[in-house]
Amino acid sequence: MAFMKMTSPHATRAGDTGDVMKQVILACVPGLIALSYFFGPGSLINVILASATAIACEAGVLKLRNRPIDFFLKDYSAVVTGVLLGLALPPYCPWWVVVVGTACAIILAKHLYGGMGYNPFNPAMVGYVILLISFPVEMTQWAVPRTMLAEGQDLLGPLSALQQIFLGGAIDAYTGATPLDVFKHNDSQLVQHLYASEPIFSTARWAGAGWEWVNLGFLLGGAYLLYRKIFTWHTPVSMLVTLFLLSVVFYDGGSSHSGGSPLLHLLSGATMLGAFFIATDPVSSAVSTKGRLFYGAGIGILVYVIRVWGNYPDAVAFAVLLMNFAAPFIDYYTLPRTYGHDKARRATEKED
Amino acid sequence: MRKIWSIPGGIHPEENKSQSLQLPLGEVALPSELIFPLSQHIGAPAKPIVTVGERVLAGQKIADAKGMISAAVHASTSGTVTAIEDRTLPHPSGLSGPCIVLAADGKDEFAAFEACEDYLSLDKAVLVQKIREAGIAGMGGAGFPTAVKLSPRANQPIDTLIINGTECEPYITADDILMQTQAEDIIKGTLLLAHILSQPGRIVIGIEDNKPLAIAAITQAAEGTPVEVVSFPTKYPSGGEKQLIQILTGKEVPSGALPSSIGIVLQNVGTTVAAYEAVRFGKPLIERITTVVGEALATQRNIRVRLGTPIHHVLAEHGFAEKKAMRLIVGGPMMGYALEQDDVPVVKTTNCILAPTKKEMPPPRPTQACIRCGMCAEACPASLLPQQMYWYAAAEEYDRLEAQNIMDCIECGACSYVCPSNIPLVQYYRAAKGTMRQMAIDKEKSDRSRKRFEFRQERIAKAEAEKEAKRLARKKAAELAKQKQEADKAAGVQPSGHTAKADIVATAMASAKAKQATPEEQKAKLERAVTSAEGRLEKLQQRHSDADGDMKERLAAQIKQAELKLQEAKDKLAHFTPVPTAITTVAADAPAATADPNDPVAVAIARAQAKMTMAPDEKLQANIVSLTGRLAKAEEKLAAAKAENSDKVDALQTGVDKLKEKIASAEQELAELTPSAPTATPAPEQDAAAAAIERAKAKAAAQANLSPEDKLRDQLTSINGRLEKARIKLEQAQAENTDTVAALQLGLDKMLAKQDKLRDELRALNPNAPELTDQPATAAEVAPQPAPTVDAATAAIEKAKAKADALASMSPEDKLRDQIASLETRLDKAKQRLAKAEAEDDPNLDAFKAGVEKTEAKLQQTKQQLVTSNS
Ligand code: SF4
Ligand code: SF4
Repeated sequence: MAFMKMTSPHATRAGDTGDVMKQVILACVPGLIALSYFFGPGSLINVILASATAIACEAGVLKLRNRPIDFFLKDYSAVVTGVLLGLALPPYCPWWVVVVGTACAIILAKHLYGGMGYNPFNPAMVGYVILLISFPVEMTQWAVPRTMLAEGQDLLGPLSALQQIFLGGAIDAYTGATPLDVFKHNDSQLVQHLYASEPIFSTARWAGAGWEWVNLGFLLGGAYLLYRKIFTWHTPVSMLVTLFLLSVVFYDGGSSHSGGSPLLHLLSGATMLGAFFIATDPVSSAVSTKGRLFYGAGIGILVYVIRVWGNYPDAVAFAVLLMNFAAPFIDYYTLPRTYGHDKARRATEKED
Repeated sequence: MRKIWSIPGGIHPEENKSQSLQLPLGEVALPSELIFPLSQHIGAPAKPIVTVGERVLAGQKIADAKGMISAAVHASTSGTVTAIEDRTLPHPSGLSGPCIVLAADGKDEFAAFEACEDYLSLDKAVLVQKIREAGIAGMGGAGFPTAVKLSPRANQPIDTLIINGTECEPYITADDILMQTQAEDIIKGTLLLAHILSQPGRIVIGIEDNKPLAIAAITQAAEGTPVEVVSFPTKYPSGGEKQLIQILTGKEVPSGALPSSIGIVLQNVGTTVAAYEAVRFGKPLIERITTVVGEALATQRNIRVRLGTPIHHVLAEHGFAEKKAMRLIVGGPMMGYALEQDDVPVVKTTNCILAPTKKEMPPPRPTQACIRCGMCAEACPASLLPQQMYWYAAAEEYDRLEAQNIMDCIECGACSYVCPSNIPLVQYYRAAKGTMRQMAIDKEKSDRSRKRFEFRQERIAKAEAEKEAKRLARKKAAELAKQKQEADKAAGVQPSGHTAKADIVATAMASAKAKQATPEEQKAKLERAVTSAEGRLEKLQQRHSDADGDMKERLAAQIKQAELKLQEAKDKLAHFTPVPTAITTVAADAPAATADPNDPVAVAIARAQAKMTMAPDEKLQANIVSLTGRLAKAEEKLAAAKAENSDKVDALQTGVDKLKEKIASAEQELAELTPSAPTATPAPEQDAAAAAIERAKAKAAAQANLSPEDKLRDQLTSINGRLEKARIKLEQAQAENTDTVAALQLGLDKMLAKQDKLRDELRALNPNAPELTDQPATAAEVAPQPAPTVDAATAAIEKAKAKADALASMSPEDKLRDQIASLETRLDKAKQRLAKAEAEDDPNLDAFKAGVEKTEAKLQQTKQQLVTSNS
């Protein structure tokens, strides 16, 4: 009789790319919970809206490209993009901001480059940067954390949140500067005084009310992904260590020109989200472990430089995109040393 | 316990080893038909030594190893050979190949085995021979002939012997059972192998820690012996040859090399036992332990099975539910190959027959896009970047793949195993590697043929130029002789009374004069050379002033060279004296002359002239020079032979001694002739010329002195020598599995054909000649004289003669046509060359132009002749 012809290996590990992506989505939950707790349901609505848009765009483009729609939807990569963008956007930003950003991410940054696995840039971050440049006002209004609400004021409920998002309105009472904003605009007070006078710091434990917990939430999720071996430690650790070292070097004893304390840099803004969920996006990062060390360090440096000396209060999106540019270059020079070879080779090396 | 190193990557697939370990080692009934593929190992297929219809006994050799890298095949039960034909092979390709088919008679009668109690006192070579005779090849999977691994090269001392009991593939437990049941034999086998390898400093058996029973058994058996038993954490693919070496020694086998290059020999436990049984009991490799496992079987266990047993027979004995199975795998799930047919036999390398159900090993899931997650790179034990290799393999960018070291991929499948996108990575690598190998072979072939073509062009051009020069000289000589004769006549000298020989001498003298009359030409040539060198220098200087950076430096170097050349040419011109030139001309003519059968007179002239132009002491000096040259060469060869520890050393030594003697005696003679002359130091200018003359003379003399039989013998010896070398090369190539195998084989075949032809010729002359026996060893006894040269010369003569014969049998008209045709081709070629020379600004441009013009003239002339002869 004839049997099926197949080549080795005949056994494979259970699970597929969709499972990997589901793990990533699952790992976002602690961060999302922290966001919702401190800033209200805005982020959750963002995430849902962005995910829905992402799925719709993905399906539409797949149809246009004549690709099997449910096969590709099942890899959950579009959902991951949507979730990450939703987490990064300010809560209660208008719905069209979310939709435009997500559509840009899926259509421009992903499918115009060939779709899954071929995009040189992180789609969520492309969407984010497009929004940041196009709609700076909407993108810089971040909600105030619950610790800073005035007496008698409450976090927005789901209904008023929806109203806010879809109908617009004056939510000025609910928006405020982020810790990084505050730090950026300070040039006269000592860090110590700043921490005492600004409510966003005075009501917090280490690095800004709410933000510190959000970051810890993402750190927890990242740790889970590391434990599940979804990615290796190289990129996040290298990024965080670089950021830490730079902030130590430029802390400047807490003067009015201080770059900010290490804790501020590690636990505010999008640091942890960036380190574990954005920088580790495998498609657009460097491939070898050595390469990922350089890649992560590069992101760390850029984040610090842009935060402290640049025009934007936070910089994870820019830093990641810039390092996406550098990834192929890093790959060329960081081939691992193969078994039986004295030295690592360079991918640019050609046989004659 | 010794340090254990870890390997990068690796995976932990489900072990699935317990299924086959529930039952003790079993046996299966003898099948009615057995199939023995002639190629169950790496290397040349075995050569059948039985005929169809012959009855054979169990253990009887039915096919002999062919060449060094090959293994014999033995019948595994008694019966009758029913066919020697192509059958489907147990091979990933699913192709067919020659097999010996045996109908078992059920009696299972064994041939007598030659046991040996005291095997450790036997010579190592004898032991290796016994292992080779027993047809033992690596039983772990690859099937490399064991005897070859046990005879490492002399310059690669082995310091570590590793016995591989790792068995890291899931499902397979054949080695585990073997270690549990035959631990004593394994240790004895290990000690035997260590003995053969001259007791390496470290003897170690490596076992993964998931086989506690095996470890206990082996440890107990190894007590009191120098054998170390090392267990290490289970991880796939620790049992890969390269990986195990890394785990146990921390060393890495250099890319493209064999473990023996770092002093390591590695053998599988099964192979070790087989070697022991072969030496101790004289038992050839006719059975092995195989794991029969998979949910599609009613019984899962290990069996001792006769080689040649068809797999369907084994499956039937184990309650195979065909419906449940979707695939049938030989080997493990990671590196085994799927069978399309179950009528292939169990062979020396079959360590597992795996019949999983659909549920156990579901069909591969659809492939998704690579998300570059890097899990594959994490798992790769060779530290490759599978995702990049996949990318380049899909894009067929082979030089990028090369830079990614794809050739170091061991095809372990770890990357495919972990890939969440279910990409069949290994399949891509296999295909790419195959293409790359083929490309390398093709490239080498085309390179070689291009080189051959260029070389041939050059040779033809040279030969033609020489012929042309000679023809001119001859014409002049004839004219001169005529003039002289007339002058003599006029002077009243009687030409009669001279013998024919004297006539020749006269002609020779005339030609000598003719040659000496050519200095004008030589001078003109030198002048031309100076002019062209000057031209080149100027051009270069111009370019130099235009260029910058790197280019400038390079040009500067070129200019310096051109200056030197110019200086040289000028010097030559300044020191131009007719005499040495004459000698040079003669020297150039002499070897060519021997090859020109159209004109035996010219040969004689050349030779006579060469003799005439030399005083006895000059001759001796030349002799000494040539002898010193030969001595230097011989000494070089000797040194090389010593370095390789070849068996030719003695013969070469004698040769060198003889040459030394000759030189001494020649020097003495010279001293006697010219006591004042400094020994063996002729003027440097004459040196080369003299040597050339000497060489030509020696060749001519050698040919003249040799009887045809001797000539043939010489040729035969030389070809034997070459043949032997070629064989060695081929075997090396095969052993290292290089791409040149095919080419080498071709060369070897050609040489064999030539050898046969020579033998036939020799037989015609002397049927009792000793060279007729098949003894390539004679090559070693030949003194290191330049045999190949004689060979080449005779070949040339032969060819020329053939041509002359052909010409003789042609009508004059045909001859002319022939000439025209050949001239036309020559002209074409010459024109091409000229064009190239012009393009490259060649310094010999003038010479090329002259050649084309001449050929044109000749062509015109010949055509004219043809017209006249037609009319
Ligand atoms: S494991 Fe598969 S999906 Fe991941 S990088 Fe490797 S090839 Fe791509
Ligand atoms: S098959 Fe090749 S590339 Fe894949 S893990 Fe094994 S050695 Fe590495």
